[in-house]
Amino acid sequence: MNGKGYLDASSLPVKEFDGIIVGGGGSGLMAGLQLAQSGMNTAVVSKVFPTRSHTVSAQGGITCAIASADPDDDWRWHMYDTVKGSDFIGDQDSIEYMCQEGPATVFELENMGLPFSRTEEGKIYQRAFGGQSKDYGKGGQAERTCAAADRTGHALLHTLYQANIKAGTNFLSEWFAVDLVLNDSNQVTGVIAFEIESGEAYFLKAKATVLATGGAGRIYKSTTNALINTGDGTGMALRAGLAVQDMEMWQFHPTGIHGAGTLVTEGCRGEGGYLINKDGERFMERYAPNAKDLASRDVVARSMMLEIIEGRGCGPDKDHCYLKLDHLGADLLHKRLPGITELSKTFAHIDPADHPIPVVPTCHYAMGGIPTNVHGQVITQQADGSDKIVDGLYAAGEAACVSVHGGNRLGGNSLLDLVVFGRSAGLHIEDSFKQGIGISEPTSENINEVLKNINRVNSSKDGENSSAIKKDLQEVMQLSFGVFRSAKNMEEGIQQINDIRERSEGLYLADKSSKFNTARVEALELLNLLEVAEATAICANERKESRGAHSRDDYPERDDENWLKHSIYFKETKEVSKRDVNFRPKIVQAFQPFARTY
Amino acid sequence: MNSIAAEQLKTLKISIYRYDPDIGKKPYMQSMDIDIPKDKDIMVLDALQLAKEIDPTISFRRSCREGVCGSDGMNINGKNGLGCITPLSEAVRGNKLELRPLPGLPVVKDLIVDMTQFVDQYKKIQPYLITDKETNGKEIPQTVEDRDKLDGLYECIMCGCCSTACPSFWWNPDKFLGPAALLQAYRFISDSRDVATEERLDQLEDAFSVFRCHGIMNCVSVCPKGLNPNKAINEIKKMLFKRAV
Repeated sequence: MNGKGYLDASSLPVKEFDGIIVGGGGSGLMAGLQLAQSGMNTAVVSKVFPTRSHTVSAQGGITCAIASADPDDDWRWHMYDTVKGSDFIGDQDSIEYMCQEGPATVFELENMGLPFSRTEEGKIYQRAFGGQSKDYGKGGQAERTCAAADRTGHALLHTLYQANIKAGTNFLSEWFAVDLVLNDSNQVTGVIAFEIESGEAYFLKAKATVLATGGAGRIYKSTTNALINTGDGTGMALRAGLAVQDMEMWQFHPTGIHGAGTLVTEGCRGEGGYLINKDGERFMERYAPNAKDLASRDVVARSMMLEIIEGRGCGPDKDHCYLKLDHLGADLLHKRLPGITELSKTFAHIDPADHPIPVVPTCHYAMGGIPTNVHGQVITQQADGSDKIVDGLYAAGEAACVSVHGGNRLGGNSLLDLVVFGRSAGLHIEDSFKQGIGISEPTSENINEVLKNINRVNSSKDGENSSAIKKDLQEVMQLSFGVFRSAKNMEEGIQQINDIRERSEGLYLADKSSKFNTARVEALELLNLLEVAEATAICANERKESRGAHSRDDYPERDDENWLKHSIYFKETKEVSKRDVNFRPKIVQAFQPFARTY
Repeated sequence: MNSIAAEQLKTLKISIYRYDPDIGKKPYMQSMDIDIPKDKDIMVLDALQLAKEIDPTISFRRSCREGVCGSDGMNINGKNGLGCITPLSEAVRGNKLELRPLPGLPVVKDLIVDMTQFVDQYKKIQPYLITDKETNGKEIPQTVEDRDKLDGLYECIMCGCCSTACPSFWWNPDKFLGPAALLQAYRFISDSRDVATEERLDQLEDAFSVFRCHGIMNCVSVCPKGLNPNKAINEIKKMLFKRAV
C-alpha cells in the first residue's frame, strides 16, 4: 500500500527487466513484439489494457507503396509526397527509411492476420488519401492507403495484441508510469510506475526504456483524441531535462464531427466525398484546384476555417462545414465506411447516406515530440547545439519526433510511422544487448529526486482539483493556439499558461485512497498536459513564420532562410533553439524545398 | 462540456454502485443529482464525468469515448452497454439512471471489474492467425468474398458486455468460453488464410467450451457493435456436429 504514502528510494520495491516499453498502442506493441521474439526479459507497461490504446481509433488506413492499386507505385513517390507534406522540415533520412521499409512491414502485418479489405485480385485494398501523388507530383492522384474498411487502427492494434499473446509478451497492464529515472551520467535506468489496481509503486529498472506513450491532443478543448492522450512520455522527458522538438506543429484534422470532436476519416474524401459550404459550393476547388478535397490536411483545415470566418459556414451559427457522402450510395458506405456511418448516427444524429456530416477542423495529431534518430534512440541537444544520444532511452510513435511528419503529417502515415519505428527501436535494443549495454546504477538520491513529483501530489493538503485546472488549460490552448495564430493571442495565451502553472503548484488530490484511484492518475496526467501545452505555446510564439500546420497572421510566409529548422525546447530554460533538418537520405537525392501547392 | 454553464439545465438522478476494498464497507448505491443540459442528449459517460466532478472518488474506465476501445462497458439501468455511446435518451427511465459494474466478474472498485477471467478465455482460443500459406514476401491472397466472411466477427472491441450478460458464463466462467471468445474463435475459423480449423475445433469439442451456450441471446441484445456472437456459436456447433457424424 505504498502508493498513497510518501515514497522513498530505500523502501521502493524494484522490478528488473532487460527492456521496458511504456505504452501499449501500435508502436509499443510493435517494439514489444520484437523484444519478446528475441527472448529478452521485457515488459510492456500500459496505463490501459493494450487494446484500449488510441491506435484503435485510427480509421482510414496505413499509407505504403505496396503497389497493389498501381503496380508501378514506388516508395520514392511516397517519400516525395511525405517530404512535400512536411513542408520540408521532415528529416529525409527518416522519411526514406519509413517509406522504403514500409511495404515489408505492411505485408508482415497482413501475414500476422490483419483483415485488410481486398481488391478483386485478392490483394490488399488501397484507397486515395490527401497529399498523395504518382511520379513525384506529376502523375496525378495516387491510391496508396492500405485499409481494413474504415477500422484499420482497430484491426492493426488487435492484430498486434494477438501477435504479442502468441509471442508471450509480458504485460504490466493498467500501470501508470510517472517519471524517468536517470543516473549521475544522465543515462536512463527505467521508470517510476505504479500498478493502478493496487496503488503499489515500483522502480521498474531496465537497460532500455522505450517511450511509446502516444499523443497529447487533450491539451485542446476539442480533439479527436481519446481521453487518455495526455502526453505522459513527453511530460516525463521534459521533467527529466530532455529536449522536445517541433512542439508547435499540431495537426488539425479537417473533419472532426462538429460538437463531439470524433474523427471522420479522410478516407471519406478518398472514396469520393467532398466538403461543401452553406451555399452547397465545393469550395476546395477554389483553394486547391488540382488535389481539391485531397490536398494535405493543413491546407484543407485552413480553407475550411476561412470559409467559416468569411461567413460561409453551415448551421445556425455558421460554425462548421458539411462533408457530403450521400452521392456515394448506401452500398459503398456500408462496405468501405461502415464505422463512419455508425459514428455519424451516434454523434451527429444523421445517416450519411441521406445527409451530409457536420464537420469542423479538430486537433488531431502532434507532429512534434521527443526527438529520435531512425533507430528510435532519443536525442537531446547540448549547449553548443550538437546532438547527443540519451543512453538507455528510446521513443517511437506519436510521442516521438523522428520527424517523418515535419510540419504536417499526411493521412495514413501515422500507422506506418508506428509500426516501422516501433520495430526499428526493438531491433536496435536487441542489437545493443548482443553487444552489451553499459548502464550504471542510479543512486538513492537520483531516485528520490524523481519521486518528488508524485510525492508532491500524494501529500497535497489543500488546493485546487485537477479537473478545473485542466478545463482552463484546454480553453487557453483552443483559443490561442488553434489553426490560425497571432502574436497577440499567443502572448496572452502564454501568460495564462503561466498562471495555470502557478495554480498547478497548488494541485490538490483529495482522494488519497490506494486502489484504482483514477483521481491520482488524472492529477498526474494534468501535470503532463501542462508540460506539453507550455512547450507548444512557447515554440509556437517563437517560430516566426508560417509553415505546415503552423500558420500566423503576422508572419504569413514560409521563411526558409531562418526557419528551415526544427525547433528545440527545454523545460528548464523555457527557451527555443534550432536544430538542422536532415537532408541526407541514403539512397535517393534529397528533395529541395519548393513552393508548396496542391 | 465547458459550455454547459451557458445552457439550460435540468436535474438527473444518478445512482452509482460504489465499492472500495480499502474501506471495510459493503458495496452501496450512491445517489446524487447532477445538472445536465436540457436540450442536448449527452451520453451516459458524460453524465458519469459530471458526477465525478462532484465526487472525484468515483472510479470507472474510459478511453476513446467513441465506442471503439471497449473500456467503459457497464450495466446501465439493468442492461450492459458502453457508457460513451449510450445516449441518456435511450438509457434514462423515469429521470433515473442507475449504473452498476458489469455483472458476473469480481468488482475491483466501483464500476471497475476484474477482466482477467474474460481475457484468459480469449487467450484460450489462440486468437491469432495460424497459417503455413506461401507469402513470397507479400500478402496471403484472399478473395473479396472470403474477406467478407470476417465482417461481423473481427470488429469485436473486447468490452465484455456480451459475456457478462450471459447466464452460462456467470455459471461457468472458467469452463464456458463465453460469447466474446467464441466470436473470435469463429473469426479465425472463418479466415481463409488460417489452416488450423481442425485443431481449433478439437479444443472446442468438450461439453463446456461451446456447448454451455443455450441460445439465450443476451449477447446479441447487448452487443454495442451490433455483432451476433450467437450466430457464430451456432456455426461452430454445426461444424462440430458435422465432424461427429
